[in-house]
Amino acid sequence: MSTPDLVLYDEEFQKIKDALGRLRQDSNANVVFLVDKNGQQIAAMGDMTNLDTTSLASLTAGNVAATDGLARLIGEKEFSILFHEGEKDNIHISIVAQRVILVVIFDERSSLGLVRLRVRRATSELDRIFEEITEKAAREKSNLSVEFESPFSEITDDDIDRLFSE
Amino acid sequence: MTFINYAAREINCKIVYYGPGLCGKTTNLQYIYDRTNPAAKGKLISLATETDRTLFFDFLPLDLGTVKGFKTRFHLYTVPGQVFYDASRKLILKGVDGVVFVADSQEARMEANAESIRNLDKNLKDQGYDISVIPYVLQFNKRDLPTAVPSDEMYRQLNIKGEPTFEATAPTGVGVFDTLKAVARQVLMELKKK
Ligand SMILES: Nc1nc2c(ncn2[C@@H]2O[C@H](COP(=O)(O)OP(=O)(O)O)[C@@H](O)[C@H]2O)c(=O)[nH]1
Ligand SMILES: [Mg+2]
Repeated sequence: MSTPDLVLYDEEFQKIKDALGRLRQDSNANVVFLVDKNGQQIAAMGDMTNLDTTSLASLTAGNVAATDGLARLIGEKEFSILFHEGEKDNIHISIVAQRVILVVIFDERSSLGLVRLRVRRATSELDRIFEEITEKAAREKSNLSVEFESPFSEITDDDIDRLFSE
Repeated sequence: MTFINYAAREINCKIVYYGPGLCGKTTNLQYIYDRTNPAAKGKLISLATETDRTLFFDFLPLDLGTVKGFKTRFHLYTVPGQVFYDASRKLILKGVDGVVFVADSQEARMEANAESIRNLDKNLKDQGYDISVIPYVLQFNKRDLPTAVPSDEMYRQLNIKGEPTFEATAPTGVGVFDTLKAVARQVLMELKKK
């Protein structure tokens, strides 16, 4: 398959959340979250009441995919940053570790300049974390079955039937 | 690309409904949306034109329950059917885990069905997938119409690998959940191999 599966364990998940939490605080943002390029939310920090994060994740990924397509059409590799300015709230979108989308939602308590600055710092931190994730996945693959037993190796037809009976 | 989150104990999978324009992809999602209890679904998002034609995609997130203690979350997408939206279709196939091909049973749409399957094959290949390997289900929709081609004839023309096949009438829900279940089953069974 073209993209490897993303597998996330507690340790890295916690590190990601810590990094997002710090970014939110340092940039005075309302919400900070991470989405994979296929539209699946990885983690989010901040005030999410009244925010449909699942829809937000899917639309963000669609937005980035469309913008990537536009970039290639005119001969650019990508547009590394997207910024949408509203009357009250603004969205800053950037790519980390080549495969993940970082979204920052902020209002007048912050500024584009501050968000940019802090995003840059958070990006290198997140790059490192995702490198660890990739390495860990590779390790797991190579010493397959030694320690790691997938919980899904035992899935049965009955398990799947049960999903649809509720 | 299945996203397995051991920390949150979640599995996220992406299913794409593919097929020619007006074959009933959006109607499939609409029916699933209408019949799913509110706690298990998110918003149905449609990026459509003013005349209700899908412009970029429809999107429906669905929580199906748990498997082996993991919450299974399916993200259902449809693609725009019209030929000139090929660039969008390609984007939506990124990271796909399973495909439902919705065929229009009307005689007059048989060529459009075949063309759309060829397009799917090509676009999957461009994204690094192989249609003969990826979880795949075939649906014959609009069985209620008098001009519907007999199912065995459609199967002869459209089946590519003996994939599970379902007759459907999407507006009333006939075959809709059977189709979804069949593709979900294949996607989850794929996890066993990993
Ligand atoms: N008679 C009949 N009409 C259908 C059926 N499924 C969809 N339609 C109608 O076909 C039209 C196009 O459906 P839509 O879901 O928007 O197609 P899409 O382009 O594949 O998303 C709509 O008017 C639907 O009501 C079906 O099984 N039987
Ligand atoms: Mg549609």
